[in-house]
Amino acid sequence: MEKPNLSYVDALSSGEALVKNKLIEIIKSEFVLEKSAYYKSLKNKNFKALEANVHKLKHKISILGFVKRYQLANDYEHNLRECQLTGAADFEKTLTAITAYLKTI
Amino acid sequence: MNCIIIDDEQTARFITKTLCEQIETLQVVAEFPDAIQALKYLKTNDVDLIFLDIHMPNFTGLDFIKTLKKLPQIILTTSDPKFAIEAFEYDNIVDYLLKPIVFSRFEKAIKKTVQHKNAMELGTSSTVRKPDADFKNDFYVNIDRRLIKIDLLRIYLIQAKGDYIQIKTEDQNYMVHSTLKKIEEKLPKDLFLKVHRSFIINIKKIVHIEDNSVLIQKDIVPVSRSNRPKLMKRLDLL
Repeated sequence: MEKPNLSYVDALSSGEALVKNKLIEIIKSEFVLEKSAYYKSLKNKNFKALEANVHKLKHKISILGFVKRYQLANDYEHNLRECQLTGAADFEKTLTAITAYLKTI
Repeated sequence: MNCIIIDDEQTARFITKTLCEQIETLQVVAEFPDAIQALKYLKTNDVDLIFLDIHMPNFTGLDFIKTLKKLPQIILTTSDPKFAIEAFEYDNIVDYLLKPIVFSRFEKAIKKTVQHKNAMELGTSSTVRKPDADFKNDFYVNIDRRLIKIDLLRIYLIQAKGDYIQIKTEDQNYMVHSTLKKIEEKLPKDLFLKVHRSFIINIKKIVHIEDNSVLIQKDIVPVSRSNRPKLMKRLDLL
């Protein structure tokens, strides 16, 4: 599995610790909310909401440098549009990886 | 330039704001987590530029564009370019940025915005709609979930093929799910002509005309009897 990284965050903040820390803080807090919203929609089998949840989470996936995982999330989002859950397991593995990674930064 | 950011994702708003801070001429005057709040703000405030997320729940970026009476310049921000295609129907959409936005691409979009703004003020740019030359230099088509830019001046032939149209350019051919009628509206009338119910040609690319056909690049295109007078009228005959 790909390893997450902070290359994008570093490039954006151009060495400014204040900007970098603020962005990480926002990602952390928003990720928790988005992940929770995703599982709630999944429980309710609300495909429209699921699609929106995945769409939002995709951005964080790419910010953290997951190129292949982003593509898988993209495919999953398209499947959700067809009310198919194909790709859910892979997507949830990504969420778990991000959760673990965010605890380390 | 005064700008606002509309995005339901806080991370995205922070990134866009940070990028704006790196460009001296940009001032972020407000940011909104949804388009409704932005609409209320715009009732009493003027801005030069809006960074607009297309994919938002309940009231999308597209709904927002349709609602606004006075459109400032807009740069779309999206994770998926296919959401941007419909919005490109609108004149004031200057560019779209794929998330996560990188500075080099952001800077390019701002340069484009400045040029667009200057051109609109002068009223001389080809990107500004004019009454008799209602076209831009390029447009985007959606192929396999990608938005591909096509330079109008490089198109020499467009052919209807069932539910698709084939756009032939000097470099490449594209199959696009659309109709000849739709694309005809996007083409400058002084350059393109429908010579047959299934063919639109770029008259500048004609090699020769013979009876009821035109040789254009290496393609022979039929000219219908009803369209032949229009074609002849457009030619600069000796």
